[in-house]
Amino acid sequence: MNLAPRQNRPGEVRGDHKVVASLVPHGARVLDIGSEDGALLDLLVKERQVDGRGIELSQMGVNRCVARGLSVIQGDADTDLSDYPDHAFDVVILSQTLQATRAPKEVMSELLRIGKQVVVSIPNFAHWRNRMQLLFKGRMPVTKYLPFEWYDTPNIHFCSLRDFVDLCRELDADVEKAIALSAMGNEIPVSAPWWVWNIVAEQAVFLLKR
Amino acid sequence: MNAETPKPTKSEGLKASESESPSSKLVQFSADEPLELDSGAKLGPWQIAYETYGTLNTDKSNTVLVCHALTGDQYVASTNPVTGKPGWWSLMVGPGKPIDTNHYFVICANVLGGCLGTTGPATVNPATGNAYGLDLPVVTIRDMVRAQARLVDHLGIDTLFAVIGGSMGGMQALQWAASYPERVFASIPIAAAARHTSQNIAFHEVGRQAIMADPNWRSGNYIQEDVRPTKGLAVARMAAHVTYMSDESLHQKFGRNLQDRDNLTFGFDADFQIESYLRHQGMTFVDRFDANSYLYVTRAMDYFDLTEEFNGSLANAFKGTDTRFCIMSFTSDWLFPTSESRSVVKALNAAAANVSFVEIDSDRGHDSFLLNVPEMFETISGFLTGAARARGIPAPGEKT
Repeated sequence: MNLAPRQNRPGEVRGDHKVVASLVPHGARVLDIGSEDGALLDLLVKERQVDGRGIELSQMGVNRCVARGLSVIQGDADTDLSDYPDHAFDVVILSQTLQATRAPKEVMSELLRIGKQVVVSIPNFAHWRNRMQLLFKGRMPVTKYLPFEWYDTPNIHFCSLRDFVDLCRELDADVEKAIALSAMGNEIPVSAPWWVWNIVAEQAVFLLKR
Repeated sequence: MNAETPKPTKSEGLKASESESPSSKLVQFSADEPLELDSGAKLGPWQIAYETYGTLNTDKSNTVLVCHALTGDQYVASTNPVTGKPGWWSLMVGPGKPIDTNHYFVICANVLGGCLGTTGPATVNPATGNAYGLDLPVVTIRDMVRAQARLVDHLGIDTLFAVIGGSMGGMQALQWAASYPERVFASIPIAAAARHTSQNIAFHEVGRQAIMADPNWRSGNYIQEDVRPTKGLAVARMAAHVTYMSDESLHQKFGRNLQDRDNLTFGFDADFQIESYLRHQGMTFVDRFDANSYLYVTRAMDYFDLTEEFNGSLANAFKGTDTRFCIMSFTSDWLFPTSESRSVVKALNAAAANVSFVEIDSDRGHDSFLLNVPEMFETISGFLTGAARARGIPAPGEKT
């Protein structure tokens, strides 16, 4: 799945990938859901020496991942997570994919079941640019970071950071870390209360545990 | 493709010499070292014929065991002494190939029940001095794997870097991982399944009945009586061959084209190219395969059900496994469809195993694994390279 546009040049490590990788302990057993072309998994295997596996929706993406030596299967976050046993992985990663799932709450609950820790990165729909478009243009936001029109977007379940934190609470998940990011995936290095991030951050990475 | 040449009805069938003393390497086990079979029978003396390619490294960690399919043999990457044709997987195995013999030590053995040197129904039964025929105990996929494990022991190799095979070879790759998880670092079942389906069994039964309906079959004693059930075996092969191809590939290759004629003959000659092609396939097959072996090996496939072996749960077969898996299927394979591979993947996920699953887009049916399918080669090569890195052995392209 490739739901957020690629921000980087070839060979360059994506900012949000760097942030996600920083949350994964060395040598951990990792499941990366939505592996795309395997860039994050490759980074994790090389830099964090993880025992990494991936799930990717597109068969073409899967084949590319396996050909570069990564363990990836074709699968769907909405339907295939139930196969895994409880706490099968040290870390389960869902990167830029939650908003495209049919049942985000069920998916989240599965992630928390199969992973001892869960890393989720999501776009923040309540970013000020989106708010402006709705407020002044009266249109569904289309930005460089989220470039789809409302009728062809795969992102069917957007939320704000605040919404996401609420969901975590409802699922009894502790937010161990939350990192606000710019559209480029760079960490916003100021500490601010939630409501500020909910306006300023274009995306965020959460480390969760239940 | 051969034109339609009515073959003399009395084909000689497979020569006995290759099944008794093969051109390949051979290990013989005495009656004191029998093979214990799933049926409860003990087979001994027995022998296993094999070929090797490449060099075993000093810590013996670079062995790739290639398992052949129903009618394959140990000549995976070298000339078959019976047909004179190049090895059946020369595209996959060899120097610089995906299974790179510059880096890996490749073993391929003729399966138990086969007819190119490993003990099978054409082997002489020491108790009678005649070929076993149907006196050979029925063997299973697990028995084949047991025999291979004995060979691997004999070669002083503890752990296999990888076990790979297509179709029945894939069944063996799965069985290896289930029976000897600690001895298999990576398992690559291609176009395979964890069980033979009812439809698979049905097609095999058609083939077996064709053989047994041949008057020359003589209740399996044709070798003693110096005849061969070539017609029955050829029909079995023809029927099976259709299942290895897709409708699409048959259509593209032959369509409704006529064979060496402009008009229908209103008779039962091979008017159509597809008929001529199948007849040719059947006729050439009987020169390289033993009819009773066909019965035994198809039976082994029919009996294969890894789920059954592990009390109804395929996930149990792989519980706690450290083996890395690469499961591969082909879009147009209707004999071992992707759904069968998927259920293996599902079970492996339930065991939280390290698994890759690739479905390759190919219109050439079940036989795709034997053909020039670049995406398959890239996948296998990439998977093996990743596994080699994890195993700590130099992968192709890396310094030794």
